[in-house]
Amino acid sequence: MTQKILAAHAGLESVVAGQLINAKLDIVLGNDITTPVAVNEFNKAGFESVFDKDRVAIVLDHFVPNKDIKAAEQSKTCREFACAHCVSHFYDVGKMGIEHALLPEQGVVTAGDCIIGADSHTCTYGALGAFSTGVGSTDMAAGMATGMAWFKVPTAIKFNLTGKLPSNCSGKDVILMIIGMIGVDGALYKSMEFTGDGVRSLSMDDRLCICNMAIEAGAKNGVFPVDDVTLSYLNGRSERAPVIFEADADAEYEKVIDIDLSAVVPTVACPHLPENTRPAGELGGIKVDQVVIGSCTNGRMEDVEAAYKILKDKKVADGVRCIIIPATMRIYRECLERGFITAFIDAGAVVSTPTCGPCLGGYMGILASGERCIATTNRNFVGRMGHVDSEVYLASPHTAAASAVTGFITEYRGA
Amino acid sequence: MNTQGKVFKYPDNVDTDVIIPARYLNTPDAKELSLHCMEDIDAEFVKNVNAGDVIVSGWNFGCGSSREHAPLVIKTCGTGCVIAKSFARIFYRNAINIGLPILECEAAAAEISAGDEVSVDFDTGVITDVTTGKTYKAQPFPPFIQNIIKSGGLLKSLKEGEKNG
Repeated sequence: MTQKILAAHAGLESVVAGQLINAKLDIVLGNDITTPVAVNEFNKAGFESVFDKDRVAIVLDHFVPNKDIKAAEQSKTCREFACAHCVSHFYDVGKMGIEHALLPEQGVVTAGDCIIGADSHTCTYGALGAFSTGVGSTDMAAGMATGMAWFKVPTAIKFNLTGKLPSNCSGKDVILMIIGMIGVDGALYKSMEFTGDGVRSLSMDDRLCICNMAIEAGAKNGVFPVDDVTLSYLNGRSERAPVIFEADADAEYEKVIDIDLSAVVPTVACPHLPENTRPAGELGGIKVDQVVIGSCTNGRMEDVEAAYKILKDKKVADGVRCIIIPATMRIYRECLERGFITAFIDAGAVVSTPTCGPCLGGYMGILASGERCIATTNRNFVGRMGHVDSEVYLASPHTAAASAVTGFITEYRGA
Repeated sequence: MNTQGKVFKYPDNVDTDVIIPARYLNTPDAKELSLHCMEDIDAEFVKNVNAGDVIVSGWNFGCGSSREHAPLVIKTCGTGCVIAKSFARIFYRNAINIGLPILECEAAAAEISAGDEVSVDFDTGVITDVTTGKTYKAQPFPPFIQNIIKSGGLLKSLKEGEKNG
């Protein structure tokens, strides 16, 4: 499926794995950390305009509202560039969200697209049936200038999904389990293609979460087929008409891995690699100091709703800081309207406006030495959320919220 | 083109968060950022690295974030080359785009020790461990990528392409 999307964007009948191609881009994305570097390169190289003002997206999300003077300068660089080039998809404080929750929500990305973003989690949009991959700032600058990018056509691993997830599991448990199975470089340079009867039981939020963490297995991209769930999500949202690509029945895969969704259990990745996975039920004695529910991986409506159902009328355990971050302003507003925010505050949690902040150790929840956090974020590397001697455990919103109530890593067994 | 220097050796899965922690990413200034290069895995690296020195690592070097700041700080510190068993794909791409020489060579990455004197010839891909006298041959880049490197990075190669029509 990836090869078909790439061939179409390279103006070729077909492509083969290993082939170097030049592909036309539908969207080029950057954030407040990577865009300033790209702007500098863009200007230094002497480019005068972006290839299409409607195909560049700049989202301020990592350190906003600005965490300090330097971050403010970076935001200013992005703002001035967006203004000078009339970038139509520029999202500043008040209308921003975490980029990978925001662009699908706003219909900026759609099925059949070829997308690059100067953020590693750009692979998220594969959930919509697009080819989407993370790049650096120089590639972003070149993409903004020319509307093109070079790619080496990847080989693919097929994940054949069957069955249906238990009610206490979500897409996060699926992708953590897969990373635990294949390792953090198990799909290095490759495409992860999710297919099979089980796909239809996964919500769009589950699929976005699964593709989001494809990079944590080293993958170039993750991709889901387009079905009724995709089309009903895109309907009324997509700015451009979706284009549907399907894998050939005889498509070649380097490997096929069968995943029975009904056998998935709540899964946690222990420090300091996302591949160090264990069933949540086996980690019961581990005390946590902080819980973070949010990020481009798990800050969507279903994620905060899962947290709400568990935290409603309960209390966050003494000695635990629980930080909840809806990923976009639309989600934040819906949380407000549905009473989630009141319930979170009554439980003793704090609720922030959208930011990537704590996930990458930027601000809004930095850990001290020796502290431990269970988070719905995507990386648990050394020092990722603060001090080099702190620890991050990655989990689903269910597991994180249940752990906030007990103060220990806790398997959620259902209402 | 070549480099010669002392080896700094690191394990598998060196991620971009330890190469340049995100807490410092509130500036795009490479000089300022480079003061924190490898800080969370080796606080002494910045003090000890000299121009031309070589980083040798295992599988999946540069995994994690897409931050181009990672290869940029390694280059700005004066590091002449990174040799690894494999590189994470975004880091690989970024290193080429900004002109940090990298080489994939499993045997060299396995056998070369920390502190060894190593010389690397980028044209031939030959890595020589001067301390042990052993030589290794790295995978050469495809010609398309060699062109980007020769032009001095992706944007310069695009500009050259424009000029040549």
